[in-house]
Amino acid sequence: MNIVVCVKQVPDTATERKLKSDDSTLDREAADGVINELDEYAVEEALTIKEAHGGEVTVLTMGPDKAADSIRKALAMGADKAVHVSDESLHGSDSLSTSYALAQVLKKIGFDLVILGSESTDARTGMVPAMLSERLGVPQVSLANKVEIDGSSIKAQRLTDYGFDRVEASLPAVVSVVEKINEPRYPSFKGIMAAKKKPVEKFGVADAEIDAALVGLAGASTEVVDFADAPPREKGQIVKDEGDGGTKAADFLASKKFI
Amino acid sequence: MSEILVLVDHVDGEVKKVTLELLTLARKHGEAAAVWIGPGYEGAKDKLAEYGAAKVYVAADEELTSYVVAPKAELLAQLVADKSPAAVLVPATAEGKEVAGRLAVKIESGVLTDVVGLADGFVGEHSIFGGAIVSHAKVSKGTPIVAVRPNSTAPEASPSTPAEEQVSVSLSDAAKGARVVEKVVQEKGERPELTEAAIVVSGGRGVGGAENFKLIEELADSLGAAVGASRAATDAGWYPHSFQVGQTGKTVSPQLYVAVGISGAIQHRAGMQTSKTIVAINKDSEAPIFELVDYGVVGDLFQVAPQLTEEITKRK
Repeated sequence: MNIVVCVKQVPDTATERKLKSDDSTLDREAADGVINELDEYAVEEALTIKEAHGGEVTVLTMGPDKAADSIRKALAMGADKAVHVSDESLHGSDSLSTSYALAQVLKKIGFDLVILGSESTDARTGMVPAMLSERLGVPQVSLANKVEIDGSSIKAQRLTDYGFDRVEASLPAVVSVVEKINEPRYPSFKGIMAAKKKPVEKFGVADAEIDAALVGLAGASTEVVDFADAPPREKGQIVKDEGDGGTKAADFLASKKFI
Repeated sequence: MSEILVLVDHVDGEVKKVTLELLTLARKHGEAAAVWIGPGYEGAKDKLAEYGAAKVYVAADEELTSYVVAPKAELLAQLVADKSPAAVLVPATAEGKEVAGRLAVKIESGVLTDVVGLADGFVGEHSIFGGAIVSHAKVSKGTPIVAVRPNSTAPEASPSTPAEEQVSVSLSDAAKGARVVEKVVQEKGERPELTEAAIVVSGGRGVGGAENFKLIEELADSLGAAVGASRAATDAGWYPHSFQVGQTGKTVSPQLYVAVGISGAIQHRAGMQTSKTIVAINKDSEAPIFELVDYGVVGDLFQVAPQLTEEITKRK
């Protein structure tokens, strides 16, 4: 089975994240880059499926050179090889153009299964898996917290507001996973050493037949009008409990008409 | 006035509150045209009329809800082509955003997600990076598709007599790729749903164990609130993962958020920072949650929370 895991490098949520004033894109220099947390679950799921059914796991990343760190991490976890799509013209791509670029690469490299985290912790649009499925014309098995592969069919539990849906589809398919579908493994020392020797293929836009006019800031279908630091919340009142903290909190809620 | 399509969010005919919010918002920018997909419209029509839908497109074919998301996007794409609306509004729920994403690809239009406000010209307001930055953005290509976060607009009734139009779409094979073979409705009890609730009471690490979550539930019930939990609490297995509020869980934006025994790490703040009023109970006066609060009590939650519950119950 040819499994491709899409991995995004995102700024560490523990550090302060900023937008750049010149083009309103994420300031990637200002924050440490880490692998998007939900994508670690995707890597783990891909490895689990490979272990059960055989095949190969390819990591697919689109992002600046720095994103190589996240590729290494996924390889150290056990993925076999990687494709790194990096090109100046991709800078500032929104969900629509990101999904276009990824779909072009996926068509080129082929796949039975594409697995990715259900959203990234930076933009948090949660749209790329659905967009990829639409662009590739393959089933969307998204928001999965349980996945079973049987031959060329896939069964999954899709999380919904009311509980979950049992979903069935046939491969090839796009799968997005939610947190807690599994426990992502830590790379072993051996895995980290082995990752250094695993092949990472570099793609520019021309290699993947990506039309540069449809990606990056030039191809964006949305536009940031302005941005600013959120106004600080007005400093609240903080009291120390002297045996009447609950009563005082109730007074506050009553003053705001919540009770 | 041009039409604005509003995708109705419902579970088997029960209209969700976010739909009423979207209809209210749509009326401010044009003529609200609700799009009903799936069975159950008869039971819901009064609600859509009450909140000012000028028109309702009814696509009752059960097949549209038998597959994951794609049929909904296909129907909306057809309506966009036929009716040339000024914009399409969907709820910024996980599924709503998936519909928006597929629709955007189909009609080659830009999408704004997780919008918390909408100005003239469909300029959306966003709260990003865990609430640290407020940005405004607009769609520069195609028909604007806007995914609006629940609880960002107060629903206002404005009774109307909507014109109904039955619509259908012949689904492509690609839209029928992922079949929903069973819908499993998990018992949610009497409490409101987390992302829609006007009040949310959440418990965190300080709660100390699954058995103590009944304190959180009792406080929530006294306020008619939904129960949430921080990641520390769900990771520890004290409360089900589906109730997690935060970066990797649900994003909530209620009128009132009560954080009990939650320190307020970025992971958590990202999921609740846009709440209108925030109250916290925590024994550590240095906890970052106190930077956000409108009212904070530094104290032992096992004393303060039950007292608060009792006071609320007494005053009702």
